[in-house]
Amino acid sequence: MPTTMMKPAEPVHVEIPSDAETPRTRGERATEPLVFEKSSPGAHAVTLPALDVAETAIPADLTGEAPAWPELGMLQVIRHYTHLSQRNFCIDGEFYPLGSCTMKFNPRINEHAASLPGFTSLHPLQDDEDLQGALKLLYETRRFLEEIAGLDEASLQPAAGAHGEYTALKVIRAYFKDHGQPQRNKVLAPENAHGTNPASCTMCGANVIAVKAPGGYTDIDDLKRIIEEEGADTIMALMITNPNTAGLFDRKIDEISKIVHDAGALLYLDGANMNAILGRTRPGDFGADAMHYNTHKTFSTPHGCGGPGAGPIVVRDFLAPYLPVPQVVENNGVFALEFDHPKSIGKVRSFVGQFGVLVRCWTYLRACGPDGLREVAEQAVLSANYLAARLQDRYEMPFFHPESGRFCAHEFVTVPDRLLGKGVQLLDIAKRMIDYGVHPPTMHWPVRNCLMVEPTETESLETLDRFVAVMHRIADEIERDASSLTLAPQNATVKRLDIVAADRKPKTVFEG
Amino acid sequence: MNYVSITPQQRQTMLDAIGVDSIDALFDAIPASSRFAGELDLPPAASELELQRELAVLAGANRGGSTRACFMGAGVYDHFIPSFIDQIISRGEFLTAYTPYQAEASQGSLQAFFEFQTQIARLTGLDIANASMYEGATAVAEAALLALNSTGKRRVLVAGTLHPDTLRVLRTYMDDLPAKLIELPVSEDGVIAPAVIAEHADNDTACVIVQSPNVFGLIENWATCFETVKNAVTVGAKPLGVAVFNPIACALLKTPGACGADIAAGEGQPLGVPMQLGGPYLGLFSAKQEFLRKMPGRLVGETMDADGRRAFSLVLQTREQHIRGAKATSNICTNQGLLALRATMHMSAMGPAGIRAVAEQCWHKAHDLAKRIAALPGYSLRYGGEFFHEFVVTCPKPARQIIDAAKADGLLAGVDLSCDRMAHMGGENELLIAVTEMRTKAEMDALVASLKKHG
Ligand SMILES: Cc1ncc(COP(=O)(O)O)c(C=O)c1O
Repeated sequence: MPTTMMKPAEPVHVEIPSDAETPRTRGERATEPLVFEKSSPGAHAVTLPALDVAETAIPADLTGEAPAWPELGMLQVIRHYTHLSQRNFCIDGEFYPLGSCTMKFNPRINEHAASLPGFTSLHPLQDDEDLQGALKLLYETRRFLEEIAGLDEASLQPAAGAHGEYTALKVIRAYFKDHGQPQRNKVLAPENAHGTNPASCTMCGANVIAVKAPGGYTDIDDLKRIIEEEGADTIMALMITNPNTAGLFDRKIDEISKIVHDAGALLYLDGANMNAILGRTRPGDFGADAMHYNTHKTFSTPHGCGGPGAGPIVVRDFLAPYLPVPQVVENNGVFALEFDHPKSIGKVRSFVGQFGVLVRCWTYLRACGPDGLREVAEQAVLSANYLAARLQDRYEMPFFHPESGRFCAHEFVTVPDRLLGKGVQLLDIAKRMIDYGVHPPTMHWPVRNCLMVEPTETESLETLDRFVAVMHRIADEIERDASSLTLAPQNATVKRLDIVAADRKPKTVFEG
Repeated sequence: MNYVSITPQQRQTMLDAIGVDSIDALFDAIPASSRFAGELDLPPAASELELQRELAVLAGANRGGSTRACFMGAGVYDHFIPSFIDQIISRGEFLTAYTPYQAEASQGSLQAFFEFQTQIARLTGLDIANASMYEGATAVAEAALLALNSTGKRRVLVAGTLHPDTLRVLRTYMDDLPAKLIELPVSEDGVIAPAVIAEHADNDTACVIVQSPNVFGLIENWATCFETVKNAVTVGAKPLGVAVFNPIACALLKTPGACGADIAAGEGQPLGVPMQLGGPYLGLFSAKQEFLRKMPGRLVGETMDADGRRAFSLVLQTREQHIRGAKATSNICTNQGLLALRATMHMSAMGPAGIRAVAEQCWHKAHDLAKRIAALPGYSLRYGGEFFHEFVVTCPKPARQIIDAAKADGLLAGVDLSCDRMAHMGGENELLIAVTEMRTKAEMDALVASLKKHG
């Protein structure tokens, strides 16, 4: 018998993490090491089949080093991303009432649809004859979007809402240039417009002029004044959001539309808030000449930590010749991509568009049907008004006056001045919501010190009531001891972050 | 099925709480003249089961890479994707989260994007990278905008050897701006000659944009191109070198950074994203440190929480549209977050050795196939220069006919360079063939046999 077996093994030294670092539940690790810090040189998660052809020498003067990426085994890779996922709020896990973002439920049939190999394996330069199923789906999506908009022709190409704005503005500009009015290069947008509106104007070389929007509404007198001062024949378009960014349907939309059209300009609708009006009114019904959708808001395609989305646009027939190419068309039951549109602005991205996102969009629209879509809008508006009504005694709502018949659309704005007067910051309230398992609403937009709450139609009454309870509880806490909220969040994976430090000397890559 | 779970009874409770008797009252603000009274002309609601059936039919009506061996490339490539990616990316915590504006509730995605930025910066040999653009072509357009903005000059020189869609997008983006896009003519050997750059560069030049491997699969000489443009400009800011790159090629060939690029922009699809008819993909964008404050798109940075622990948040948001409006560096808001997550998972799983092996197999297989095809009667390689995993073949008859015939042999033989979509970048007999690690010897044999039979 070998003697070594008798000797007790040296105890292996294992460092026991301190209490603070020991996770009580899975998502609670104080810090998760970076994937780079988990690297073991030589570890690998995948191997390729052996090369089955002869090698060809690779000239040394062309080659470089392999990238300095981490090296991990497959389980380590999967565990890393599982751990990271546990450090996120998400619709599947938490109420996520982010105003303007329409964080509705993301149905999984949509994901199933987009993952079918008959879709995922398609090369974008394949011949139309090999793509008939995909092109049919795109063509139908186009038709659905035209119908919901009450407008004539859609382009599926834009990758997101901002990209749709950009594309539509290019289309409008091309139309005016083609009609001998190249001087029309000013775009009006209410001062409470989403930041992408003015930014998109700049990208297409247009000057943007802000229109006053007291109480959330585009100010008619200011609109008239600007048109007069700038000269009607220099105005290209008014970009309007309706319901507007304060969550209010503009009662004077007909008048606004008339003023814009009388100036010879066009009306652009930022369709971010379409969820409030599906099937109850169509942008074409209230004067819009062009609009974009955000499929990742209205049509339930998932936000995926920031994207992808899709921003299809729809325009009136006189703008259609200028839409990007290709256009998906149907002739006698055969579907094709059409490129030969001589007046087209060209392309705003490669190939057809965000196909996988549009598959999800089609699936959602087919699931809802016309009645279902109308009910989406109705429930979205009802749920927002319900929350506003139940919260208004503690949280002031500058734009919500049910007593005089002034309701909100699918979202509402609160400026909680009374609570803020007790010495808390808006940020404290938002961060405290995280402790109660609610994602904070949109902050400081469209007005300073506001929270903008959009519950969406897919939340249950139980969730809405729980939200009311949470907001009341936070109000109680503020009244008791406002300073306690500065410590929030306490129950998140991390404590309050130092955002100022992050910006002072930004460190955007790992240098280890 | 519209996913509303509130019952009619609960609806009544809610109406009562608001103090109205019907939902119509809530829509009162819509002027009567604008109300839509009819029913939308859409197909009636379908159940999930019906949709599963219908989708199976629609998906089944296509003939793509799942039923034919794909030798098509031209900017989109059929690469190996490890199985775990589809599984982990589907977790609701990634799929159904928003942009990480609320950092304390989004540490997972923020850390993943921070790691993504680091991996892309290292892949391209540059200092910094953003958290994704829409796709490759718009990333290139944004690079041109950055160059215009940071140099204050107006001329954008672009190699005529870019993918035609990238060129088309650049044309759209430069049009209507105080900028002039100069498309540099392609030399007889299919690349950009430095002399052409020198000839077109002047003191108003903001950048030169060169793609490598280029649209013909050929490797351009980035270093000489960038040096030439910088030397040609003697007054004011130096023009920038913009490298349009393929991430797989970067794992084998010299990186944009090593060749003196200031900005690198490219299509990220080869990093774990299926071809899916052109999107969603992701645009990759990296640059030298000095451009940090001019970068388009989101950036994640490292910071600390109140307990002094490492944490991550979005940084330099004052560059972005939601703070800066008309003066933002870009209008991009929603980006390609989930695709960036895919890509970072892919990079972590492949590792340096795995991605290098992919790139080497691409090289060897493409070169092996090119030699075999060039040996066929009537076939030859159109260009003599070095290529990576894609090459142009001159066929004995129109590429269109070869492609059509090869379908019956279960092959997507390549891309016809004379077609509209490829902007007539080649003659009608020119066929662009891409070979990745996915293609087996048997499939390559089949392509050689098919070309021989139909040539
Ligand atoms: C009102 C409004 N307009 C435009 C946008 C921009 O859309 P996207 O993020 O899809 O580019 C958003 C959303 O982010 C929005 O809320």
